Amino acid sequence: MNRVEARVKVTGLATYAAEYPVEGVTYAYPVQSRIAKGRVTRVDASRALTMPGVLGVLSVEDPPELAEDADGELALFQSRDVAYRGQLIAVAVADTYENARAAADAVRVSYEPADHDVGLRADHPGLYRPEVVNPDYPADTERGDVEAGLAEAAATIDVTYTTPVEHNNPMEPHAALALWDGDGRLLVYDSTQGTSSDRETIAKTLGLPASHVRVVSRHVGGGFGCKGSTRPHAVLAALAARAVGRPVKVALTRQQMFDVTGYRTPTIQRLRLGADADGRLTALEHVAYEQSSTLVEFAEQTATPARVMYATPALRTAHRLVRLDVATPSWMRAPGECPGMYALESAMDELAYAAGLDPVELRVRNDPETEPESGLPFSSRNLVGCLREGARRFGWDRRDPEPGVRREGEWLVGTGVAASSYPARRRPSKAAATVRDGDFHVQVAAADIGTGARTALTRIAAETLGVAPDRVHVELGDSDLPDAPVAGGSMGTASWGSAVVRACEELMKNGSEGHADTTGEIATDSRLARHAFGAQFAEVRVSEVTGEVRVSRLLGVFAAGHIVDAKLARSQFIGGMTMGLGMALMEETHTDEEFGGFLRRDLAQYHVPACADVQHIEVVWLDEQDERLNPMGSKGIGEIGIVGTAAAIGNAVHHATGLRVRNLPITPAKILMARF
Amino acid sequence: MDITLQVNGVPRAVDVDPRMSLLDLLRERLGLIGAKKGCDHGQCGACTVLIDGRRANSCLALAVAVDGSEVTTVEGLAGGDGLHPLQEAFIEHDAFQCGYCTPGQLCSAAGMLGEPGPSAVTDDVLVDPDLTPAEIRERMSGNLCRCGAYVNIVSAISEVAR
Repeated sequence: MNRVEARVKVTGLATYAAEYPVEGVTYAYPVQSRIAKGRVTRVDASRALTMPGVLGVLSVEDPPELAEDADGELALFQSRDVAYRGQLIAVAVADTYENARAAADAVRVSYEPADHDVGLRADHPGLYRPEVVNPDYPADTERGDVEAGLAEAAATIDVTYTTPVEHNNPMEPHAALALWDGDGRLLVYDSTQGTSSDRETIAKTLGLPASHVRVVSRHVGGGFGCKGSTRPHAVLAALAARAVGRPVKVALTRQQMFDVTGYRTPTIQRLRLGADADGRLTALEHVAYEQSSTLVEFAEQTATPARVMYATPALRTAHRLVRLDVATPSWMRAPGECPGMYALESAMDELAYAAGLDPVELRVRNDPETEPESGLPFSSRNLVGCLREGARRFGWDRRDPEPGVRREGEWLVGTGVAASSYPARRRPSKAAATVRDGDFHVQVAAADIGTGARTALTRIAAETLGVAPDRVHVELGDSDLPDAPVAGGSMGTASWGSAVVRACEELMKNGSEGHADTTGEIATDSRLARHAFGAQFAEVRVSEVTGEVRVSRLLGVFAAGHIVDAKLARSQFIGGMTMGLGMALMEETHTDEEFGGFLRRDLAQYHVPACADVQHIEVVWLDEQDERLNPMGSKGIGEIGIVGTAAAIGNAVHHATGLRVRNLPITPAKILMARF
Repeated sequence: MDITLQVNGVPRAVDVDPRMSLLDLLRERLGLIGAKKGCDHGQCGACTVLIDGRRANSCLALAVAVDGSEVTTVEGLAGGDGLHPLQEAFIEHDAFQCGYCTPGQLCSAAGMLGEPGPSAVTDDVLVDPDLTPAEIRERMSGNLCRCGAYVNIVSAISEVAR
């Protein structure tokens, strides 16, 4: 169905965080560290404070009161130590945006710099094994004897892939508008993927009871993970508003977003695979090297897909982390699964060539009966079905596996395949449903960051109640509504939808209202391996003259349980695949080794796919009945679309050119450098 | 500085800071939040409006430089209470997800439909080309969409261009 908020979005009336009309609003503009490591010796705001309209400057010179156990990225102005270039170290507040910006520019900061270390290397002496990787997986797993498996294999590969720092770059820059009332209660309009958790974190950071904080986030201009955790701008707005006694708006610039809103960690990934003469895996080892900051440990689950994907008698996965003088990495669409599957699915393609097997056939032959690492049965697994259906639709049977032989003028043409996978989880959520004047009102503190949550929940409620969707009104995006988990981990619809179904069921029983809390229901979920699967096929054209790669065709076939709404689902899958195309060919933030921080801090230098980059994308899904997921029988679809796309494109580039580019993104320079 | 301009057909007289962009004037002073700030550097197109009928990035125009101009934002695109055909088509084709780039996409598409002449992908530059999907993709590449709705944006615009 069409999005329920479609009309306000196309007429410019949908209100995002920075856009609420607030009487007497003032503006805050942050000051960022110009060194990567060291100490702030002095913040001189004397000139800034004399400038027109300036209401105040906050910094470590007069540290605002915060909870002692505040998260390292949120403990603003509490310490003179600098953890990374770009860290927020002061803020200027003024009556207008222009005055605040000018005042921030006039704040003089003196430093005592120290030597910094911002480079991730697989031989870094600081590497260690984290306790767990995001969100709560063991860092290492080992079953069977990998060395023995490799020794007995008929075909082996030992390859290293790297992926760069990538930035989420939602179109709406992070913004917060903070208002304190006379009783010490705080209202924050924040661009967040979860008002319940944002409220908790903001309250904890400020040392307030959660009941004193309300977060409202009715429309969010994309997030892809970087609005999933509370970011410093929200705390900054609250502190500034408290200091000047007026409402304060903070809208980060695109450049500031690169520094303080999280990013996808760079990875170095070594894969060793062995297969017997029939193409059956004898060993699979996946070791990932990643970075975090000195402030907070964030360890991404890069090697976890190998625990799910293929049957093998010997399986080892490991994560090693090093703490550098960098900002803390965070969630970006399918953290872990996305870069991990890029490397695994590229390696599987290399193994197919080494073993002389078709890459679709190699994957089919190694499809496991149960989840390889845990031994748990799958609630449903239709990877083989996706591969077969995709191969049929894509014309895979006509493919000549020989690389580098198809030419149309200056263009070399090739095709590639890769598998997709993403966990199908759900978390406890509350919801309420009431009936008024014959219409049904559903409340849940969910977030619609563009996923279509408002529409999907409307449809789920309508189907449960047996009424037309236009009689259902879903209210979300407000922490005053029943508590709900964050829009992340492809868990939104499954989590909120479960609670909405239960609330509506109760309403039908008593005829007036229903309240649900799915904590108990989820605690008794049976132990099963629950994942969505998919297969992606790509056709690329690579210019021999310029090295440019054009993706002429993408096909995604997914098995993701019951699809709640076909129109929204197709958009989600296409959107994920489009971002995957960006990952494959263009997205990369350079770390500035000399000065710390990042280079390419805007959209002219950090390229995301533009309209002309996206040609033909086709998406289909298999009808999958899985009653053991949630009341809807659905699996999350927000992230699986991006998982596998980059590998499919990379494999197609190899098929077109004969070159293996193992370092994303696959830029023209890398193609040309390899050829000459 | 005092300036006057027509915004969606309504004359507006405002005293503006000479550092203020047209985008900030619309959003922070005139209460028109349709034009979005995505980059403030003319790199994303979310702030696209029509200035005297031509599409332009309002973040790159200083407010004082549009004194006397006629500005149309997404709020005024339909020219009344109904929806512009592009707005209808965007809804039907699900040509947006988060909606933040959408006002810019719509204003850009409305401007683009009125722009004659060849583009970088036109084969015969002596003839006004048909707005094929390839032409639309090329001409709409100043408007980024991070949700990745391009496939649907092109089909929506194609329907209106027909």
